[in-house]
Amino acid sequence: MNGAHDMGGMHGLGPIAPETDAPVFHHSWEARVHAMTMASPTRSNIDAGRHQRELIPGPDYLRMSYYEKWLTGLCALLLKHGLVTPDELARGQPDPGRARATPLLAAAAVPGVLSRAGSYEREATTRPEFVPGDRVRAANINPTGHTRLPRYVRGRIGVVERCHGAHVFPDSNAHGQGEAAQPLYLVRFEARELWGADASAIDTIRLDLWESYLAPA
Amino acid sequence: MKALESVLVEKGLVDSAALDAIVDYYENRVGPRNGARVVARAWTDPDYRARLMNDATAAIAELDFNGRQGEHMVAVENGPRVHNLVVCTLCSCYPWPVLGLPPVWYKSAPYRSRAVIDPRGVLAEFGTVLPDDTEIRVWDSTAEVRYLVIPERPAGTGNLTEDELAALVSRDSMIGTTLI
Repeated sequence: MNGAHDMGGMHGLGPIAPETDAPVFHHSWEARVHAMTMASPTRSNIDAGRHQRELIPGPDYLRMSYYEKWLTGLCALLLKHGLVTPDELARGQPDPGRARATPLLAAAAVPGVLSRAGSYEREATTRPEFVPGDRVRAANINPTGHTRLPRYVRGRIGVVERCHGAHVFPDSNAHGQGEAAQPLYLVRFEARELWGADASAIDTIRLDLWESYLAPA
Repeated sequence: MKALESVLVEKGLVDSAALDAIVDYYENRVGPRNGARVVARAWTDPDYRARLMNDATAAIAELDFNGRQGEHMVAVENGPRVHNLVVCTLCSCYPWPVLGLPPVWYKSAPYRSRAVIDPRGVLAEFGTVLPDDTEIRVWDSTAEVRYLVIPERPAGTGNLTEDELAALVSRDSMIGTTLI
């Protein structure tokens, strides 16, 4: 979706405010939101979680802090999956008579689970269409659902630098339509191809792009 | 927020002690000291550096750094004419096992919007000015691949131990917004 989250190339969003020696969490509630998001039964689909945050209306998305967005996205996903009701969220108490679940993640298991290496790579079912050195054009698509193809490269020509293997396709997985893994490529774009003649002649921008985002150029 | 936690705990959807353990993990177990150890090892051990550049996920796992948001790692090296800068324009993807959770500015709209269109202007806001003939390579983390910048080893550090070198490596230098 062409949402406020897709902000690569925008001007006017203010100065960067580097912080040194900042704490990991600035407020204890941020730590709780982070932990609840990691422990929630909704955590299993990272793409759905990202998309839920993208669905925050643009003006709110730009105004909210990072963990406000996480909290909003988590509540929305919990409601969507029927894991909590609006009344429960408002009251801070479970509706009477509801069966108690068993948490997926116990405290003793946390360090092991968080440090275990998973993978988003899947066995390839097709041969990659592109090889390093191939010129490719990023698709001009404007889906209203989740995509990881930013607007600023759509229609632009780049060069494949490597194939990462077949990876879970977020545009499908985010909507519960299956992992639909397809080859994922590192693609290099010249700054001038993306931003025009005023850009640096030597700077480059690289993105990881799925095969269906790309066509031969 | 407290209401949410109460409901989730009462319903058995999350365990309160598990939340404490998750917070402890991200406050104390992961952070940029991990990445600094990877960089210092790469500076001092040419075989390790070769393995890191060939398969960063495996080379980083040799040092026991693994897990969420580090499933597919790629190391990118700065050189005399090349400088690397990492961003996630679409959200806030960041290599947690080696750098910890991202700083606020990395997740902010100003950084996410401008790193790809004006990397030299962004670097200047960190006090980093590069020669015009240094190529800046911006890495926009659009998939589950996470990028770790290997900064250049500073001159005059030939006598330092690996631990002493690791102490020189800042978080921002491994994102690419500063030099060492």
